[in-house]
Amino acid sequence: MRVILTKRHPLPHWLQIMIPVAAIIVTLILAAIPILFAGGDLKLSYITLFKGALGTRYNILETCVKACPLILTGLAVAFAFRSKFWNIGAEGQLMAGAITAAAIGIYTPAEVPAVVLLPVILFLGFLAGGAWAFLPAFLKMRMKIDDVVTTLILNYVMLHFMGFLLFGPMQQPGSSWPRSAAIVDNAHLPILLVRSRFHLGILIALTMVFIIWFINEKTVLGYQTKAVGVNPTASFFGGINNTKVIFLTALISGGLAGLAGVSEVCAIHFHLLMDVSPGYGYSGIPIAMLGRLHPVGTALSAFFFSVIIVGAQSMSRMTGVPVYIAELIQGMALIVMLIALLMTEYRVKVVRD
Amino acid sequence: MRNIKKVFLDVIANEDVNLSLYPGEICGLLGENGAGKTTLMNVLFGYYGADGGEVYVKGNRVRFRSPLDAIQQGIGMVHQHFTLVPAQTVLENIIVGSTKEDFFLNFAAAQQRVLSLQQRFGLHVDLNAKVWSLPIGGKQKVEILKALYRDARILILDEPTAVLSPPETKELFKTLRILASEGCSIVFISHKLYEVSEICGRVLVLRHGRVMAERKICDTDACEMASLMVGREIDEQKQSPSKNAISDKVVLEVKNLNVYNDKGICSVNDISFEVYGGEILGIAGVSGNGQRELANALFGVTEPSSGEMILNGKPLPFGKPCSRVEAGMARVPEDRMTTGLLLELSVEDNLIMENHRQFCSGKLLKHKLVAEYADRVIEEFGVKTPNRMVQAQTLSGGNLQKLVLARELCSSVNMMVAAQPTRGLDVGAIEYIHNRIREARDAGTAVLLISEDLDEVFALSDRIAVMYCGRFMGLVTIKEAKREQIGLWMSGVKERCA
Repeated sequence: MRVILTKRHPLPHWLQIMIPVAAIIVTLILAAIPILFAGGDLKLSYITLFKGALGTRYNILETCVKACPLILTGLAVAFAFRSKFWNIGAEGQLMAGAITAAAIGIYTPAEVPAVVLLPVILFLGFLAGGAWAFLPAFLKMRMKIDDVVTTLILNYVMLHFMGFLLFGPMQQPGSSWPRSAAIVDNAHLPILLVRSRFHLGILIALTMVFIIWFINEKTVLGYQTKAVGVNPTASFFGGINNTKVIFLTALISGGLAGLAGVSEVCAIHFHLLMDVSPGYGYSGIPIAMLGRLHPVGTALSAFFFSVIIVGAQSMSRMTGVPVYIAELIQGMALIVMLIALLMTEYRVKVVRD
Repeated sequence: MRNIKKVFLDVIANEDVNLSLYPGEICGLLGENGAGKTTLMNVLFGYYGADGGEVYVKGNRVRFRSPLDAIQQGIGMVHQHFTLVPAQTVLENIIVGSTKEDFFLNFAAAQQRVLSLQQRFGLHVDLNAKVWSLPIGGKQKVEILKALYRDARILILDEPTAVLSPPETKELFKTLRILASEGCSIVFISHKLYEVSEICGRVLVLRHGRVMAERKICDTDACEMASLMVGREIDEQKQSPSKNAISDKVVLEVKNLNVYNDKGICSVNDISFEVYGGEILGIAGVSGNGQRELANALFGVTEPSSGEMILNGKPLPFGKPCSRVEAGMARVPEDRMTTGLLLELSVEDNLIMENHRQFCSGKLLKHKLVAEYADRVIEEFGVKTPNRMVQAQTLSGGNLQKLVLARELCSSVNMMVAAQPTRGLDVGAIEYIHNRIREARDAGTAVLLISEDLDEVFALSDRIAVMYCGRFMGLVTIKEAKREQIGLWMSGVKERCA
């Protein structure tokens, strides 16, 4: 018995947009299985899941707060994947941004005004993430070293470098926890809505969604990243400098992840912590896939992920279903989405010999 | 084999082919690219089912459903591209799949058998060496041993010498002679005439899927074989040398070009030539004689090891496709699917692949200008597409090639390099592409046509060069060109026909 895949005609545009929606619905239905296994009441579970994430003004804004780093890492992955630079390293790039933000935030005199300090932090945080992504891009283009491996491995390098800092030079004086001193007040990203944690970083993330859309659709670089991603042999033949395009892609992709780190430090934690990211960088991968690598789609799917994460907490409180259900649903969403993509791009036929 | 017929979709690969093999003989199978040699042998080896005809082994009608059936009937095949596991040892490769019902592998017994085979036929390879560490000739020996280990009495060798160095070829011929003297029948596929006349007793010439002739080697000569292979008829009507006088302006000059391929073999060996404005220089040759490497060097995709390429008096840098785009060289790559086009992107995106910088202000791409341009080019070149936004891969093969030509010829060009421009296209598309190339030529463009299709070379060229083993065997004008002579050159025979 063999399985044969033949390419289908491309689907119409409106149907392509429906694929992620269908995938989300299927995922939510499939989520019933683990919920039942955990002994949860189905109706109550789903109601508390959505109420917890979207039920009140505060809950909605908390979901937005959670979505902020996810939008940025999702964008980072989506932009890199578009030119087939397989950046699995958003996690490490996020930490690079977080370390940079914390270092500047801690060691800057408190008198430096926020209007000066914040742009500097954002810019250097972007640059730090970009540099950390540039390294694997350089290895890929100059030495043909696989980018999946290097981006992934560099996550651990950055994690342990952060560990070294937090147990060593950056550790808060007098503390035995792996935690830095607090950043100065002027390094805090301002809160935009009262009685919430809705901060400036969310606005920055949404601006980035627009900027990436603009790059993709309106600029020469956007055209070139698309061409390199689809067929590097042809784009090279056509006179496009693949190396330059991949370098720029890496810089921007890593930079976006770096911004996620900045916003977590400057708007949520105000310290550098070992668990500054509970895997936001890795979540960026399913988020980007679910968003079909489109910036707006990525933002929407980041919001969906955030609904699941925030909602799972209240669901767990109300029904006793473990909070880990959120990660399970994220994983299922990715698998369902990949299957949906496979089925829409290929006709699957099983042949008996 | 009787009346073998094989059809792929609507292309007839073999028709009415009869072939008999006698024990102890080496039979040559000669033909151009696409003449149907390999297809015929794949039918014999059970890879393909025949669409007509019968196969008999030792007088018994057989039906092969897979190569396994053929192997059980004592047929072995050594493919052009080896089917070995590089990470395993020679011995493991030889015995793979041949162990019968035993649960345990009996390496000692297997080794004994292989050793005795090696003794008998002089196929010396270290059995414990890993296959990846062997030279190509060694790998081929492993393939032959593999067939012999399965008691092959009929051995098919598909272009076995294409990858071998001359000493390795000599060694192979020695082995083949021993095999034949032991009663094996050998089919030797090749398009190198001197090899066929050296090793074979009998030769079958295939052309367009049919047997053109069967000759005893002693009754024929290189000239006759060459003309049988490429066909005698020259259709004067189809030729179309330039009506205008060819200008004396050298557009492209190539001097002492050397290119090594990815295996480190010198594929283009000290080649020099010029292409003049308003002419088509056709480079003929059997595939794999360095044409691809020459084209890639000119395209700027690969870096030659030495030599010069001068376009309009300016040297072309090595390995920089963008410099060709800037210099106005139209390039039609051999493989439009992987090199020429961005199949998953729109027709429009494909059209601006090389000149998209023309449509931008600053770093922004002006979509309105691009759209106007795309619509105009699609109209001008008659590319059949619903609109400029559909994915390129939804277009037919002929339209894809039109798309490539449209992109390459729409800007001002003075040099065109076309590699296999009509491969795999239907008659209508071929005609269209040929006309476009002629139009370019008539407009004064210097055209270098690299093609394995001899008919095409004859139909388009003003001068014809023949490439063989990385060198030019000869260069003639279309008026002086004789098909037999070209055929001889393509087969590596330097002498002139009487």
